[in-house]
Amino acid sequence: MTTSTDTTQRGSAPQPGGTRKNSLTAGQMPRWTWIAVAIGALVLAAGLTALLGGGSFSWTGWLIFAAVLYIVGMYVTTYAIENKRRATDGIWRNLVWAAFILALIPLVSVVWTVFANGLPTLLANPQLLWTDMGGVTGADDIATQNEGASLQGGFLHGLAGTLMITLMATIISVPIGLLTSIFLVEYSRGGWFSRSIVFFVDVMTGIPSIVAGLFAFAVVELFITTFIGESPRHVQMIKMGLTAAIALSVLMIPVVVRSTEEMLRVVPNELREASYALGVRKWRTIFKVVLPTAMSGIASGITLAIARVTGETAPILVTAGYAAATNWNPFSEWMTALPVFIYRQLMNPTAPAAGLPSADRAWAAALVLIVIVMLLNLAARIIAKAFAPKKTGR
Amino acid sequence: MSKRIEAIDLNVYYGNFLAVEGVNINIEPRSVTAFIGPSGCGKTTFLRTINRMHEVLPGARAEGRLLLDGEDVYATGVDPVTVRTQVGMVFQRPNPFPTMSIRDNILAGHKLNGARMSRSEADGIVEKSLRGANLWNEVKDRLDKPGSGLSGGQQQRLCIARSIAVEPDVILMDEPCSALDPISTLAIEDLINELKNEFTVVIVTHNMQQAARVADKTAFFNIAGTGKPGKLIEYDETSVIFNNPANKQTEDYVSGRFG
Amino acid sequence: MTETATEPAKRSSLTASRGGAAGDKVFSGLALAAGVIILMVLAFVAIFLVVESLPALWPEVFSDEESIESADTFWQYVWPLMAGTLIASIIAILLATPVAVGIALYISHYAPKSVATPVGYVIDLLAAIPSVVFGAWGMTTLAGGVVPLYKWLHEYLGWIPLFGGDAGNTGRALLTSAIVLAVMILPIITSLCREIFIQTPKLHEEAALALGATRWEMIRMTVFPFARAGIISSIMLGLGRALGETMAVTLVLSPGIFSWSIITSGRNATIPSEIALNFPEAFGMRQSELIAAGLMLFIITLVVNMIARWIVNRHKEFSGAN
Repeated sequence: MTTSTDTTQRGSAPQPGGTRKNSLTAGQMPRWTWIAVAIGALVLAAGLTALLGGGSFSWTGWLIFAAVLYIVGMYVTTYAIENKRRATDGIWRNLVWAAFILALIPLVSVVWTVFANGLPTLLANPQLLWTDMGGVTGADDIATQNEGASLQGGFLHGLAGTLMITLMATIISVPIGLLTSIFLVEYSRGGWFSRSIVFFVDVMTGIPSIVAGLFAFAVVELFITTFIGESPRHVQMIKMGLTAAIALSVLMIPVVVRSTEEMLRVVPNELREASYALGVRKWRTIFKVVLPTAMSGIASGITLAIARVTGETAPILVTAGYAAATNWNPFSEWMTALPVFIYRQLMNPTAPAAGLPSADRAWAAALVLIVIVMLLNLAARIIAKAFAPKKTGR
Repeated sequence: MSKRIEAIDLNVYYGNFLAVEGVNINIEPRSVTAFIGPSGCGKTTFLRTINRMHEVLPGARAEGRLLLDGEDVYATGVDPVTVRTQVGMVFQRPNPFPTMSIRDNILAGHKLNGARMSRSEADGIVEKSLRGANLWNEVKDRLDKPGSGLSGGQQQRLCIARSIAVEPDVILMDEPCSALDPISTLAIEDLINELKNEFTVVIVTHNMQQAARVADKTAFFNIAGTGKPGKLIEYDETSVIFNNPANKQTEDYVSGRFG
Repeated sequence: MTETATEPAKRSSLTASRGGAAGDKVFSGLALAAGVIILMVLAFVAIFLVVESLPALWPEVFSDEESIESADTFWQYVWPLMAGTLIASIIAILLATPVAVGIALYISHYAPKSVATPVGYVIDLLAAIPSVVFGAWGMTTLAGGVVPLYKWLHEYLGWIPLFGGDAGNTGRALLTSAIVLAVMILPIITSLCREIFIQTPKLHEEAALALGATRWEMIRMTVFPFARAGIISSIMLGLGRALGETMAVTLVLSPGIFSWSIITSGRNATIPSEIALNFPEAFGMRQSELIAAGLMLFIITLVVNMIARWIVNRHKEFSGAN
């Protein structure tokens, strides 16, 4: 972008710093304009901040003022020296850059906060990974905070809960999701039924996670009160790992359907026809030709869906209860998932008067959770890349 | 291992649209028959009705009779899957299964149907089919490499080998050389000449020289206009079609005056 | 063929049975059943939510009690929650959209390729960060950081009702939740928009540049018209996500009665956070109230998502996206 159509007609315009006249570069700002404007903006912003701040100098305020002044200054300068079109182009380029930098601040801050708070705790207390909160009382935390005793407890029960609940949800969602997308791509011929499935899968994508939790709770409640009993002991049974897994399935199924559907649709029709022409039945064609061809994409989509539900908190909060001890059985007793553990430790610390140990545990758990989710995402990318069928490489 | 194909008053519809009308043709066993004609005249559509591949498209159906050695392909109780094991097909673009090795591609017709066979039996089929497709010498050292790594012409011969591996009676080819360079095309044409010793070969082509080179008999299809059904105009010895056609439309087409 | 060759000559080889025909029927039946299950699940979601909400919606008819627990009528109970949910989500969208579209443009049209690819990758990873982590960040880091800003807003812009209330010292107000929501939905809107921006036909872009357009003029002439429906639908999807987001709000906001002031702690609440805070200990009528509130949330998000789809469908013919 060194030329603009207008400048060619303005060959006689003054040319600062140029030794030779060139009709293509005439009427342009010198290269150093942006540096000059930037310095001007920084100085002016410093003055403004000091004036408005009334004694105390705010660094954040200074940077914000400087950025605004720079963008406005560049626009005015370009308008004056070059023309309006280039000035407009420039202001939008600067705004796009500003948006990028502005967005980086909170996102970097989130990651930094988790690492800065979680990593030291986790390194100093690796036992957090293999102990649970069974037997840990407020007195222990008060001792940790006030007398420097070592940090008690851990989140093994959260890891166990997350693993079991996610596993159950995957077992429920993957077959339903896979079969539905196979139905949509391979069997349906665009009738009202398949159109309504597509529509409702879209609706399901938008179900708020907490509503999915309420739904799972209501379903299991109805099932238990109808078929097992209505006593408080039975009502207690509603909250278990399986209920949470049902809630997560409601969130997971549409993700699996959409990603699998997309992957099946890119399998070339020629492969299906080749198989049919060999006298292979449709279901065998789907199993042995279509699915293997799309497998890497499907597996990566499923991994992403797992990553998504692993981080869900709200639906598990209302369906699985909150336990302090490790529970590996998703069919009975309350279960704690890692996100719920983080939430509970932050909102209701084990020792209300001494919240720091609980916060430490929560941040360590948050770090572990982020690492798990990121690893799943990474795995999805690797699966998609490594197991993709070889393209026509010669 | 080669069957006669007879079509009697065959109409093909896409939904309510009549795509091909009133085809009557008698294709000899152990011969090569070429279908020529302008685009959209229904040659491919008719070709696909021979092994009922048109049914893969929603709404497509055929009326009339299509006999393989006197047995109606459209009789009640006939499973299209059975028809397709007897009538193989090779497509416009080479389509080896990308997830399978060369060897598995050849065995696909057996393996996908869950057939069990011994290692030596399988090796025999692979070698026989690849030799039959003139590909054995080029790939015998890399049978376990993916088939998608071959050149376009080799891939197409691999697809031919794959379809003869299930020992069909008829091989249909839908413009098998349209995506290939001249040298690969020549290799395929040589192969077609050998295939007719064992199979009934029907080939759709846009290339009239190719039809003249490979076919014993040639059928000319034409269409009266957009939205009108395609029809079989003339069917005769290839030399007659190209040198002394009976029909004016055929003459115009083969002499390049139209289409 | 190997099987049929041994058949007696008289029988037609075409009608001879071949194995596996049953497999076709079974498998297509299974696939169909899966589709039916999805429809049933959705029907159940709606039916269960309605059935469980009925005691709260019409206590005189469907329960033994005269009225609900938390207020005189359900609407009195739920409207402040709905208002809080909507205000927080709309602010989040207003904050996030310009920035998200900007980053998407940055990745698709401004940044050099060596920068764009890793940035796109990082944005995708950020979209995967669990909401509870965002909530924890908002509660500890952000809430403290925004207090000076709130005090400033109250001092200079206090005449606007939104900034009318006292700012307080914790920063755990509705606006803070909205900022956290904005940060959360930012990667989502960005990655959706980027997908659409990079699909803009190169030919159109080059045609615009060849006419002497500046880069911004090229974007306005080709990218935006092509992507308009896509941008709107990604905003709607972000809105749907913000409406239903629970943890980011629950951890950040210290809830209370409805107030127009969005910078005051201990005011306002949203439906998801109300449910998350109270459901674990609720039973009987209180549980029905919360499920009924969930039903309202479900309806709101349903409407938003349907509008998004409607917009996409209406613009499909013009955008050339297919």
